[in-house]
Amino acid sequence: MKYAIIVDVTLRQGISDPEGATIERALPALGFTGVSDVRAGKSFRLNVEADNEAGALEKATALAQRLLSNPVIEDSRARLSAEG
Amino acid sequence: MSRIGVVVFPGSNCEYDAASAVTQLGATAEFVWHGQDNVDGFDGIILPGGFAHGDYLRPGALARFSPVMNAVANFANAGGAVLGICNGFQVLTEAGLLPGALQKNRGLTFLCHPTTLIVESTRSVLTLMATKGQELSIPINHFSGSYTCDDKTYEELVANDQIVLRYKENPNGSRDDIAGVSNLAGNVVGLMPHPERAMSLLLGSADGQVLLSSFVSKTLSVR
Repeated sequence: MKYAIIVDVTLRQGISDPEGATIERALPALGFTGVSDVRAGKSFRLNVEADNEAGALEKATALAQRLLSNPVIEDSRARLSAEG
Repeated sequence: MSRIGVVVFPGSNCEYDAASAVTQLGATAEFVWHGQDNVDGFDGIILPGGFAHGDYLRPGALARFSPVMNAVANFANAGGAVLGICNGFQVLTEAGLLPGALQKNRGLTFLCHPTTLIVESTRSVLTLMATKGQELSIPINHFSGSYTCDDKTYEELVANDQIVLRYKENPNGSRDDIAGVSNLAGNVVGLMPHPERAMSLLLGSADGQVLLSSFVSKTLSVR
């Protein structure tokens, strides 16, 4: 089976996020108030061959930790894509 | 004569400067293509600046999987002198050969200007011939040069004298003004500033000489 997976990569809590901070500072000028804790990150979409959902997520989680993220500063999370 | 391998990844762009600098100091330099799976016969290895593999994903993230990096890791673990400059520093942290990581600069600007560095440790292969507290004028040229690590790693860096160089004035948000670190043994060093671009007073500064002279002399002594 082929599963569509999304991997989200975000900076770990406590690691400064200059992009997120810059976006947050820009929002009030555009009229968007009441928005806080903006964190910038990356999203990857992949098709993963596996016997079942759990196997696909396991494979995606492993490759996310090995390549897609730097675990020293980033967290990664694999999830099934709702859109397929 | 010391024989230094300068690793060339697709996208490296400081390899000629690095080779020229160590040649000026009496070593011989040879380029090592990233697809090569050994670094046999070299006395020291330099990972130069640039944008290895386009810096795609993260700086150094793909370069660490280049075939040559297994050989560099074995060379480093056997006590060989390894120096990562700028992008090379990023590659060494991604490869786990140096602690911590390099993040986008505070302020999100590409920085290209001279900086004043302070020598913090003379235990590393890059600073053996420098003196503690010595100030050096060395340029930086980077977008992702803000050194970061967790508290535990930071405490280990301090306790083990692994902080090699600090900025006198922090340009990029680096933790505790860190410009360069070494591994525990001191034979692997990474720094964001470019000592190979500070080799001649005519071009602004010759302060890179004391750093690269240390590196070249060390490659001779471990042979």
